[in-house]
Amino acid sequence: MKILVALKQVPDTETKIKVAADGRSLDPADVKWITGPYDEYALEEAIRIKEAKGAEVVALSVGGDTAKEVLRNALALGADSAVLLKGDGQGDALAVAQMIATYAKDKGFDLILCGNKGIGGDNAAMGPMLAELLGVAQANVVVKLELGEGTFRAEREIEGGSEMVEGSLPAVITAQKGLNEPRYASLKGIMAAKKKTIEELEAAAAPAVAVVSALALPPERPAGRRLEGEPAAQAQALLQALKDEAKVF
Amino acid sequence: MILVFCELKDGQIRKPSAEALSEGRRLADASGKKLGALFAGASCAGSAEAAKYGADVILTAEGASLASYSSDAFAQLVADAVKAKGATVLLAAATAMGKDVAPRAAARMGAGYASDVTGLAMVDGKLQAVRPVYAGKAFATTTFTSAVQVATTRPNVFALAEKAGAGAAEALAAPAGSFKSIVKEILAKAGGKVDLTEANVIVSGGRGMKDGANFKILEDLADALGGVVGASRAAVDAGWGLPHSMQVGQTGKVVSPTLYIACGISGAIQHIAGMSGSKFIVAINKDPEAPIFKLASYGIVGDLFEVVPELTKAAQAMGIGKG
Ligand SMILES: Cc1cc2nc3c(=O)[nH]c(=O)nc-3n(C[C@H](O)[C@H](O)[C@H](O)COP(=O)(O)OP(=O)(O)OC[C@H]3O[C@@H](n4cnc5c(N)ncnc54)[C@H](O)[C@@H]3O)c2cc1C
Repeated sequence: MKILVALKQVPDTETKIKVAADGRSLDPADVKWITGPYDEYALEEAIRIKEAKGAEVVALSVGGDTAKEVLRNALALGADSAVLLKGDGQGDALAVAQMIATYAKDKGFDLILCGNKGIGGDNAAMGPMLAELLGVAQANVVVKLELGEGTFRAEREIEGGSEMVEGSLPAVITAQKGLNEPRYASLKGIMAAKKKTIEELEAAAAPAVAVVSALALPPERPAGRRLEGEPAAQAQALLQALKDEAKVF
Repeated sequence: MILVFCELKDGQIRKPSAEALSEGRRLADASGKKLGALFAGASCAGSAEAAKYGADVILTAEGASLASYSSDAFAQLVADAVKAKGATVLLAAATAMGKDVAPRAAARMGAGYASDVTGLAMVDGKLQAVRPVYAGKAFATTTFTSAVQVATTRPNVFALAEKAGAGAAEALAAPAGSFKSIVKEILAKAGGKVDLTEANVIVSGGRGMKDGANFKILEDLADALGGVVGASRAAVDAGWGLPHSMQVGQTGKVVSPTLYIACGISGAIQHIAGMSGSKFIVAINKDPEAPIFKLASYGIVGDLFEVVPELTKAAQAMGIGKG
């Protein structure tokens, strides 16, 4: 079995977002970059499949030189090889899906895993787009995955519950928290990863069809007020205010 | 044409779909286009209701092969409908199904896609979308260069608007049934409660709840207010038996209720990312310096174990949540 894990480098969740001078992109100063938290579940799942039934795991990221950190980490955790597709990995989801599809088609991947969303563009779109471009099955926001002979069963989160999706391999599966508990890299893994080479390829040309023309911070919230008194009085005052001022009820 | 992919539940249009239709009508009016509503399933009974939200045309694909949701079959059906109708804008609600089918259909059409949008406009005949990025820490305006533009609308953001449309019914052929994947069963349906992403009132608990069993007092308050219960990551990860589906935040759900009540939640940046789009925020915390108060429309400094039951009592006494 051959597994591709697509990993995205994203701003650390602690990042305070600042808009760059162009008014449409993230000011990269002071931004610490990490592997997308949902991508970590995708990679962990691939490694577990490899350990359970044997598989070749290829880690891939679309991005610039800094994205090599994500790949180096993936190698340390257990990926067999790593590919950097040099291109804009932060832009339009369809363009990124096209770059990955161009790379992956004809390579015989049985399974493609990625996070259900990055935590930057928050598109939650690359996985299903990739599935369509490759003409394969998909299951999104997956919390449980079982593989059969050329088939999969995936439990995915839906409103107020979950549903079981069955399909044929190859497939694109996008990971949700709960799929597994990602491991930490061992010292041995980190040392071994340093010796491995990351294959670097130019990403296929894929023009963006959805572009960010402006980026803005959310409007300031109006100043609030404190409700004083004993708990019973506070409760009463709150409900009155929600009813009369906020007209919530 | 502006085409809206709609979902039915128990023979009724789901509210997030009705919101998408309402917004579709506004966009159609603003750009002189027609509004189409698209339904697919074993039965599309109830689809006629789309006329109430301004649909000029109601397209239905009915057939046994559509009884269960299939990503590839539905995406193909939607893309084919867009093509057949010459639609230039495709909308769906940003529900589990909408977020599964819309990007796949977009890729099939080579169309640009904006997910979970909170604002839409037609500019020079093309869609323009505003959507939260970095989990609501910023808002991006998205413009499109593709001939077809696709967006999913965030539930609870776009106002429902009734405006009678012609509602001309038109049947589409259902695809033959050999799909790459299909939903086999629905599991663990939680007692008919609305999902956090669609809820109007959310009562959330954090590490300050001290134990999972204590979430009972939040359930009681939520029931009294007609809301549902959420949690911070600290609460979900504490081993109290709370499912991840309850988690609000950057790596949980991004919610936009009218009212969000944070109980024993400090207001970490990752939590705020998921709930700062709430219209009104109430913070109940014993620490007057807790960062959540900076966001709160109303703040109560106090012990949640005293305040929450009083709130429930008062809400019941005032008859809130009953109508
Ligand atoms: C990669 C990453 C992703 C993350 N994603 C998320 C996410 O999606 N969602 C999320 O919520 N967090 C997320 N976090 C975690 C986040 O950083 C915080 O740790 C978490 O939100 C804290 O939860 P809390 O407010 O419940 O707990 P705490 O910060 O411990 O706050 C508890 C609060 O309860 C108050 N309190 C205690 N007892 C009482 C009482 N009796 N009455 C009233 N108040 C009381 C305290 O004063 C305190 O303010 C993420 C972190 C990382 C690193």
